[in-house]
Amino acid sequence: MQVCGPDAVLKGKLRMETFRNSQGKYILLAMVKGIQDNKEYLGDVDGLIGDGDHGMNMNKGFSLFEKQFGDQEMLFSEGLGDLAMILMNEIGGSMGPIYGTIFTEMQEYLEKTGSESIGIVEFTGALKAALAGLYTIVDARPGDKTLVDCLSPVVRSMEISAEKGESFTEALTQMKVSALCGRDSTKDLIAKHGRSSRLGERSRGVLDAGACSCCIILTAMADSISALLTQEDV
Amino acid sequence: MQRIMNDPDSIVDEMLEGFLKSHGDIVKRTENSRVVRTSCSTDGRVAIVTGGGSGHKPAFVGYCGEGLCDAAAVGEICTSPAAKAFLDAFTAVDSGYGVACLYGNYSGDNMNVKMAVKMARKLGITVKTVIANDDVASAPETEREKRRGVAGEIFMWKCGGAAASMGADLDEVIRIAQKAIDSTRSVGIGLSPCTLPAVGHPNFVIESGTMEVGIGHHGEPGIAVCPLEDARSIAKRMCDIVLPDLPFASGDEVAVLISGLGATPVMELYVLFNEIENILVGKSIRIHRSYVGNYFTSLDMMGASLTVMKLDDELRKLIDMPCRSVGLTQC
Repeated sequence: MQVCGPDAVLKGKLRMETFRNSQGKYILLAMVKGIQDNKEYLGDVDGLIGDGDHGMNMNKGFSLFEKQFGDQEMLFSEGLGDLAMILMNEIGGSMGPIYGTIFTEMQEYLEKTGSESIGIVEFTGALKAALAGLYTIVDARPGDKTLVDCLSPVVRSMEISAEKGESFTEALTQMKVSALCGRDSTKDLIAKHGRSSRLGERSRGVLDAGACSCCIILTAMADSISALLTQEDV
Repeated sequence: MQRIMNDPDSIVDEMLEGFLKSHGDIVKRTENSRVVRTSCSTDGRVAIVTGGGSGHKPAFVGYCGEGLCDAAAVGEICTSPAAKAFLDAFTAVDSGYGVACLYGNYSGDNMNVKMAVKMARKLGITVKTVIANDDVASAPETEREKRRGVAGEIFMWKCGGAAASMGADLDEVIRIAQKAIDSTRSVGIGLSPCTLPAVGHPNFVIESGTMEVGIGHHGEPGIAVCPLEDARSIAKRMCDIVLPDLPFASGDEVAVLISGLGATPVMELYVLFNEIENILVGKSIRIHRSYVGNYFTSLDMMGASLTVMKLDDELRKLIDMPCRSVGLTQC
């Protein structure tokens, strides 16, 4: 019985299962690096059925964020909001408002919880809010060959993990698998929205560039959060 | 690719610089380098805002001026302006009477406008929108909400802008702009693809000796690719798509706009108009006003678009009102 005592919880499981909002810089910069490292790849994927500027545009926005905010500590929630503003103000097109909305919704959800420590419940809630917010500005739903096909299974995966009572780390591992599967599912789909939708059947057989960047961002988030969770002295 | 340019990545900024320098009597710059506004005052009336990707000159900045749009948000080539650009366009010209944002139906523009409207609300600015969807070939009549906006936007701006300049309130300007676009149908025919300067080669193909019927302003696929025809047959083909859709009928009075897509000589546009006029007269459709020229282009695409608006007393009065802008001036 005494293993459930407050000390055990603090030093043991609970402590390892949350990260602090104030550790935001580490996660945000991991997301930036993910996009920067994959700039060419995203451009190549987009070039197959789009106009090939996805890598360049995403890199422009994320790198601008790094330049403006990268040398200062930031709350995770606050960093998401700053990144969102840069994407919305500087990128335009479709990706500015899409990622701008995703990150703004996460920021607003995390600020509403007001919690300094972010665990599986808070993080899942933030992702759920991101998807719900995205649905208010796009008509795309799962199966339409967009980044929704990556984000939606990720949200579902986190919800299932939370319900099952899995640890945050386990949930993040599962989330990465879901992101990859979701991204890969876009290959056999026909685009229904955005520029590539005009290609109809010709869009089949190619990954959706937005789903690829979404997968990169979510994977970077999962990896960096996992790293924070396993740190002994946080 | 043979182009007059410096760094293709800065082509939009350099184009805007040149535009502002050459038309200082009609437009002026704002705090946001991607927002151009009319040099006229918008005090005491509803303001009209538009915006879209670059490459469609004189759209969109070319329709900022007296009796038309008051500000335009400017995007990269074939890319929606950022939400912030739309927001800054709203704030640049709102005088407390609200903003009518009149733009075309593209997913990026829809999202950025939607976000900008939300942000404007927080600043206490009322923005209402009309989304142009006049391109008949882009979706069937039953899915009109999916259709793209093309050169018909000019008629929407003309009527909405005229209403605003006469002091109509926001709801009335919106009603009129909506009515204008609902009364308008367009179709485009492409004879060659266009090239994004930064890419350097066309990202779609129109074989020599063929034409693409129903092509979009960014090279969106049309409804048919067929051997290039003479002007008479092209005119018939365009009328056969546009006229039954509204439908336009014998006894109707219309405004007609023929726009080149960028690389077709204006001479050929008049050859096309001559044939279109013959067809309309043959159907007892009366042309009240006609516009022929490069009004809404697609970079260096060869081809033309036909836009027809059905007029009633209200729209006729609005289309006849004077206006002054780089793209359209009438006394």
